[in-house]
Amino acid sequence: MFSRLIPGIALIAIGGLIYLMFGSGVSPDVQATFGMNPSYQSQAIPIPNLVLPVGTSIGILSLAVIFLGGWQLARGIRSTSIVIGTIAFAFVTAFLLWATQGKSFSLVGMLSSSLVRATPIALAALCGVISERAAVINIAIEGILLISAQAAVIVATLTHSLYLGLIAAVLIGGLMAGIHAVLSVRFKVDQIVSGVAINIFAVGATSFISARFLEKNINALNNSGTFPMISIPLVSKIPILGPVVFENNMIIFIMLFLVFLLHIVLFNTPWGLRTRAVGEHPKAADTLGVNVFLVRYVNVILSGMIAGVGGAYFTIGSVGRFDEVMTAGKGFIGLAAMIFGKWTPIGAFASSLIFGFADSLQIKLQILSVPIPSEFLGMAPYIVTMIVLAGVVGRALPPAADGQPYEKH
Amino acid sequence: MDANEVKPKKIKPSEPEKPDAKADPKKHSRVWRTLAMPLLAVLTGLLVGAVVIIVTDPQVIAAYKNFFQDPLNALAKTAESIGTAYGALFSGALGDPVRIFRAFQTFFASGDSEPLLRAFWPLTESLVASTPYILAGLAVAIGFKGGLFNIGAEGQFLMGALASAWVGYTFNLPWYLHLPLALLGGALAGALWGAIPGYLKAATGAHEVVNTIMMNYIAFRLSDWLLNGPMKAVGYRPITPLIESTATLPRFFPDPSRLNLGFIIALLVALLVYWLLFKTTFGFEIRAVGANPDAAKYAGMSVTRNFVLIMALSGALAGLGGATQVLGIDHWVGQGFSAGYGFDSIAIALLGKSHPLGVVLAALLFGTLRSGATRMQSMAGIPIDIVSIIQGLVIVFVAAPAIIRWLYRIRVAKTEEIVLTRGWGR
Repeated sequence: MFSRLIPGIALIAIGGLIYLMFGSGVSPDVQATFGMNPSYQSQAIPIPNLVLPVGTSIGILSLAVIFLGGWQLARGIRSTSIVIGTIAFAFVTAFLLWATQGKSFSLVGMLSSSLVRATPIALAALCGVISERAAVINIAIEGILLISAQAAVIVATLTHSLYLGLIAAVLIGGLMAGIHAVLSVRFKVDQIVSGVAINIFAVGATSFISARFLEKNINALNNSGTFPMISIPLVSKIPILGPVVFENNMIIFIMLFLVFLLHIVLFNTPWGLRTRAVGEHPKAADTLGVNVFLVRYVNVILSGMIAGVGGAYFTIGSVGRFDEVMTAGKGFIGLAAMIFGKWTPIGAFASSLIFGFADSLQIKLQILSVPIPSEFLGMAPYIVTMIVLAGVVGRALPPAADGQPYEKH
Repeated sequence: MDANEVKPKKIKPSEPEKPDAKADPKKHSRVWRTLAMPLLAVLTGLLVGAVVIIVTDPQVIAAYKNFFQDPLNALAKTAESIGTAYGALFSGALGDPVRIFRAFQTFFASGDSEPLLRAFWPLTESLVASTPYILAGLAVAIGFKGGLFNIGAEGQFLMGALASAWVGYTFNLPWYLHLPLALLGGALAGALWGAIPGYLKAATGAHEVVNTIMMNYIAFRLSDWLLNGPMKAVGYRPITPLIESTATLPRFFPDPSRLNLGFIIALLVALLVYWLLFKTTFGFEIRAVGANPDAAKYAGMSVTRNFVLIMALSGALAGLGGATQVLGIDHWVGQGFSAGYGFDSIAIALLGKSHPLGVVLAALLFGTLRSGATRMQSMAGIPIDIVSIIQGLVIVFVAAPAIIRWLYRIRVAKTEEIVLTRGWGR
């Protein structure tokens, strides 16, 4: 009986807290305007903006959480995800309402920016999934992102072709991952050490090249332009969903395609089965005739190529130039997304969306001049990562042989 | 257990089974063996660095375009490029021998010590640069000994620096209280910053690699806010106020020599860490948990409690590194204060095989390299990032001795592997 009581009371308390934090002190006639149409020239059918009365809406959200608490007390709720999901939704929405009171805020813009910012994280997470499903830990994602970003922009600027830049990024990503594979599989170096070594090398090499060549030759080497936004014909007309999902640049479409492709391949093809077998029980796979070393090499190199696309996002998919250490930890956040997504591509994508949302939220909040210092908002993605890891990793199980070099006897 | 046991073990031709001279228990050959691999790793790293320098030098590239017309010129330019670069590295790191000799002459002739101070300045600067590396390297090394990978040394260093600077400029006490208090503040701040990922690992099993990296980024943002807000000195720059003179670490020689008590403190701390690791029960627990956490748990040691303590200790050392840097050298903290110390300290701990003496030697090497690289950047125009490239390579070579062995055709009877961390689970 107590096990129902405490979460129930906690939920009611949280509901009340939400109202106290955000709803109290709001004058009753204040409204928040949420923009539903993209600010750029879009194919989407325009719809009217969502105008909500702040105080009432926050009240409703708090009541929803309190109601959930009551339900928990009376009947008990089995699904923790529903509870956490509702609390998160209520908290964030109430926070947005509070921050937007009296002003206007582009909701579509934020959703779109969440997906865009989630892209490198998702690609990093996919890289991690493919590698770790074959039981090779890939901490080097950050370094691979950095090197491919630089390669992409240099090649794209030199050849005036963004696609060649993308190919260069993919190839270099595969190469760096190949080095990691050789070190981990052939030389049996501790996979985390080899990953960290590649990261250090990547920071040094890219900063070296940036200082030596890029700074003096910006127009010849570091000015590639970016992939233009593409509007997919029919579906982009859908309000809200259309512009957010179907009006993006090439790299984001590649990411979405990869998420679904990899999920299908990993779980529905013989290749995927071999990969997962090697990751769970390499000895058994070996006795069945699977070449464990080959599968690991192939997987790690493929994961590096995916990370190459992720690296390309930073330069030719975003700002069109390379700045030193521009990846700012996205590789590691991708690892957290992979863990949160339980080592599946779609799960990794969903968690990347959450991180992308946190990332874009802190930027939008700075624009809204919310009375929280921008530096604290900047910490948000990292704190969210730590909370996610703390809450989830104990329960999420990595592939059983993760991190262990395979010894063939 | 498996069917393969029936077949005779295949002897690979590259690793002969004959009795190896190096298995000889003579002490000096053991010392040589422990030193040889790291030395060769560093040497190979420097060699590759030389290649990078040549390949990116515009003059050398131009000379090689005319290689067939004028091969001697191309070779001369190659030698010149490496010579200037590594010459600047050497003179920036240790000093110009000619200048030192002349300075001694002046000193014995007229008693004027100033040329002597100036001639030895590169050497003292190398020692100054090594001090934070010793402490940060010890921090990572203690983590490794406990089986934990502390990548958060940079964030812990920064928090230690900020805390000790705050103690330094907020209070006004006699030096024998103020200085230890400032150092203690730095160590405590670092300990806190390390204990958080340690606790998360102990309580939830979350891997310390990602958490310590996240703490680094949080530390950077926090320091941005502090330096632009509560801890900001009067003026435009985002820096702290100067610390009181009662909190500064005393220097041994007059300006421009910056060698201070911090260097001695670092060496003493290394000694202390050695004593802790190898002569105390707690040190034994640390090493046991690092070697085999399951066996340690079976023997009754609390693995989770040790995780927190080890990370806290590691953070304290890194924080102390930041504190000595502030109190001894800069006397204020600005943005980018801790840049580079995090990854460098990992390389140092690996190179020193996580042993305090090894860490001190490796730290001296890296401090010397960095100090010289600054001069290499100003004299030969080579970006200082080349040191990071060399470091990354050195780590790879140390962690995969098989590569060095393959390169230099060294034969051994056994392969050594460095097992430092485990996967994502506990």
